[in-house]
Amino acid sequence: MSIIEANHLTKYYGKARGIIDVSFNVDEGEIFGFIGPNGAGKSTTIRLFCSLIYPSGGSAEIFGKDAIKYGPEIRREIGYLPSEVFYYDRMKVIDLLKYSASFYEKDCTQRIHELAEIMELDLKRIIDDLSYGNKKKVGIVQGLLHQPKVIFLDEPTAGLDPLIQRKFFNLMRGENKKGATIFFSSHILSVVQRICNRVAIIREGKIVEIQDIETLQKKNYKKVRIVADDIDEKRFDIEGVTNLKKNNNRLSLFYKGDINVITKMISEQTVSDVSIEEPTLEEIFMHYYE
Amino acid sequence: MNIYAHEFSMKLRSVITWSISLALMIFVFMSIYSGFADQAEILNRTLEKMPQEFLMAFGMDGLDMSTVLGFFSLIFLFVQLCVSIQAANYGFSLVSVEETEMTADFLLTKPVGRRKIMSSKLLSAITGLAITNIVVWISSFIFINIYRDGRPYDAKTLSLLILTVTFLQLFFLTVGMLISLLPKKIRNVTPFSMGMVFGLYILNAFGGMIGEDKLSYITPFRHFDPNYVVRNGSYDLSLVLISVSLIILSLGGSYLLYTKRDIHTAV
Repeated sequence: MSIIEANHLTKYYGKARGIIDVSFNVDEGEIFGFIGPNGAGKSTTIRLFCSLIYPSGGSAEIFGKDAIKYGPEIRREIGYLPSEVFYYDRMKVIDLLKYSASFYEKDCTQRIHELAEIMELDLKRIIDDLSYGNKKKVGIVQGLLHQPKVIFLDEPTAGLDPLIQRKFFNLMRGENKKGATIFFSSHILSVVQRICNRVAIIREGKIVEIQDIETLQKKNYKKVRIVADDIDEKRFDIEGVTNLKKNNNRLSLFYKGDINVITKMISEQTVSDVSIEEPTLEEIFMHYYE
Repeated sequence: MNIYAHEFSMKLRSVITWSISLALMIFVFMSIYSGFADQAEILNRTLEKMPQEFLMAFGMDGLDMSTVLGFFSLIFLFVQLCVSIQAANYGFSLVSVEETEMTADFLLTKPVGRRKIMSSKLLSAITGLAITNIVVWISSFIFINIYRDGRPYDAKTLSLLILTVTFLQLFFLTVGMLISLLPKKIRNVTPFSMGMVFGLYILNAFGGMIGEDKLSYITPFRHFDPNYVVRNGSYDLSLVLISVSLIILSLGGSYLLYTKRDIHTAV
């Protein structure tokens, strides 16, 4: 069953483009990655689902209900972590979290303390005195304390050190195991690669590709590197080959198609080294951008 | 309820500061009254010699400084200015502060509707203004009675005078709120509210100076001119009606704009 659904979702800010005709759906229990460069429309999409902004066209649905019309009801089960976190500066962390918890019908006290312990967050400090990373932790705890069924994360790991990042990912996997559906936006692919099942690539406001991570990596391209003297790169310029580059005696290319074709071609050469591997998401990503 | 309580606790310090300052102001002005009243004859004669336009500009036209309310209506203009600035501050910042301090993302992703958020915030601001309002009532009556030296005053007229505070507060709160929702973003509240209050005050003063200026009808300082209230012992009802309609329009407009508003990101 799809939990998050965008149908031809479009947003213009006046004349400026936000997103255009974005459609996708996220199934229950999925961790869905949303990647694209800065300004591609990632935040716009998330903010539409949280009804912080209103669509110019199309619809955004969560639990099969319109995100605007049923906003308050839907938001009971939504956790949102914005990319930039700012909270009422003069408050203590614990007071802010209690204020946040007061919006939900359940008692969140225990969960607040659990989460704070996991994220190593000092509850007694004044928010204004916290570093950027620590404010981000407040954001994480704040977004999760009511054990939401849907979690929207907008560039969640920026500003967190690797150790805390790992804890954060473990936390997310835990929430996911408990049944939470996670929508994860980032421009850093290795981050998405670490945790997501499926990923949508957005560029200049439009979705260019939606695929699961494995297919994206495996079925798409092979990265081939050949080291050989006297190699004629023109011979490799066949159908399915892209990014053909030659540097001295090193040849590199991306290949999509029947793998036997390329292995045969290589075997005809006298080579000193060959490697065929899956490209990193980074490389696939760049491919979509070019 | 939680938003109301939170908002009110954030405002409490400001409410206390404004209230104490206003009480102090009324105290200081009234404490010089008895000395003033003794010399009022000379003062009144001096005032008569001044050009009428000048007197109108400062709301002193036809004012008898020797009477309790004549004197009080003059200082009450400053009280009006102060409560207006306070109310305009609250109005301008009511919902825009969430966007300048970027806490809107926090509040608006909670399971509450925008109308409820706005109502809670509005009620908390009104509570704060009501406290200041009550302090003005109490300190006016107390300090007038301490320093009037047995000179008489009409309690009904005084009440009408102090009641103008309520109207001015509601006017600047709601109109400020409406204006704050017009631009995409307000960076700093104080210049807006000071500009609005002094702008409208000067419009009134200027209108008084050149006589019948139509523009002055849109300023609440004209609608609730202390001098007029004291001299006539009543309000100019048609002008009050203008203020009340502006308040209602701003309130409705604000709800409409806020429920449709796009909340933009920090960057």
